[in-house]
Amino acid sequence: MKKYNAVFACLLLVLFTNSAAASSSLEEYFYASGKIKVVITVAAIVLIGLFVYLQRLDSRLKKLEKNKIEK
Amino acid sequence: MKLWLKILCAVLLFYALLSSFYHPLAPGGLTVDIEKLVPGANTFVYSGYNTHFKDHSNDGLQFFVSSGSHYYPTEIIEVIDNNHAKVNVVLPDTLPSEEIAFYANTPTDGTVYIMKPMDISAFVFHQNYTNGSVPVKVANDQHQNFGYPFQVIIFESIRNLMWHVPMWFTMFVIMFISFIQSIHVLSATGRENMLDSSMIYVQSGIHDRKASASAETGLIFCILGLITGSIWARFTWGAWWTNDPQLNGAMVVFLMYVAYFILRNSVNDEEKRARLAAIFNIFAFVLLVVLLMVMPRFAEGLHPGKSGNPAFSSYDLDSSLRMVFYPAVFGFILLGYWIYNLRLRIKILESNEEI
Repeated sequence: MKKYNAVFACLLLVLFTNSAAASSSLEEYFYASGKIKVVITVAAIVLIGLFVYLQRLDSRLKKLEKNKIEK
Repeated sequence: MKLWLKILCAVLLFYALLSSFYHPLAPGGLTVDIEKLVPGANTFVYSGYNTHFKDHSNDGLQFFVSSGSHYYPTEIIEVIDNNHAKVNVVLPDTLPSEEIAFYANTPTDGTVYIMKPMDISAFVFHQNYTNGSVPVKVANDQHQNFGYPFQVIIFESIRNLMWHVPMWFTMFVIMFISFIQSIHVLSATGRENMLDSSMIYVQSGIHDRKASASAETGLIFCILGLITGSIWARFTWGAWWTNDPQLNGAMVVFLMYVAYFILRNSVNDEEKRARLAAIFNIFAFVLLVVLLMVMPRFAEGLHPGKSGNPAFSSYDLDSSLRMVFYPAVFGFILLGYWIYNLRLRIKILESNEEI
């Protein structure tokens, strides 16, 4: 779990440093070219979220496999 | 899960991904750079979005200023590019209606219009006074190819329809599986006296694992729906969180399912845990239906389809949007079911390990 916490912390840090710099520049960034960047962010979050969950399932499975080999 | 279902899932998701970025946004009117209208000559720059002013500068490009259902012709001074044109309109000092709109007509885009709050104090309004107006055939929604409907605040972010909304549809379906499995848990333990008790334990145990695996998968989609919705809200409604009934309902549902897992983890006896969690889950699903499907329809809110805000289906008459939206929803539901299936099998393997 520890490595995921690090990833989340990095993501949050990026988000907060962006928004802390200037809220208006964040808006400018996302409002540019017809708000298409909102869609890209949303699509990225959906894919990253599913990826992280699948990765967690994968690591659970790996643990089971390891136990089986040890037995 | 059958292989053809997995392939169907992949195809549908690919189609959803493609259609969410590939199809153009329908043309629309953006703004006019004028704050005050006066009787006589008014010159302004008309800004459109995805329009084709330049392409039709010699055939069929027209601009009108309307007052109610009456139209005043304009003179095109300069077509700057496809989305900008400088026009001049001469208005009389008496107009029939205070509802002023700015229309642009091209053969490709059909008619687009802008309604902008404006200082119109220089005019006198009289219902029957229609001097200077011309008859115009307004051709709404003339664009031929499928495009996302143009909405002034939403713009391109309408494409989120393919990402944000399927999350909630998937959550409903997966949570419904969880609900059904919870009922099975209770009915299996209810037959305790009639059958061999070890048999019962196995039955209610597998239903309990199905219920918790599906609730976990549903919770993932709920979290994704909350985060994506929050980002969309920030850049259309202006805040990360608004007091919309659907948002608050979704948050309550999220907390409820978190509580479901806290409840599960706090009971050690497996049989007792199965029954307690099943009862909680049944109530949680009923509340989910009430909070997300019933309540928002009776309250004021910002989501489409609620309290005077039209749902997306009212923008496209030939329902071409449905033809890409429902495959996207179905693709995500299949993906959710697949993930649930994997989670369940891991759960069963883990429980075998413990014995």
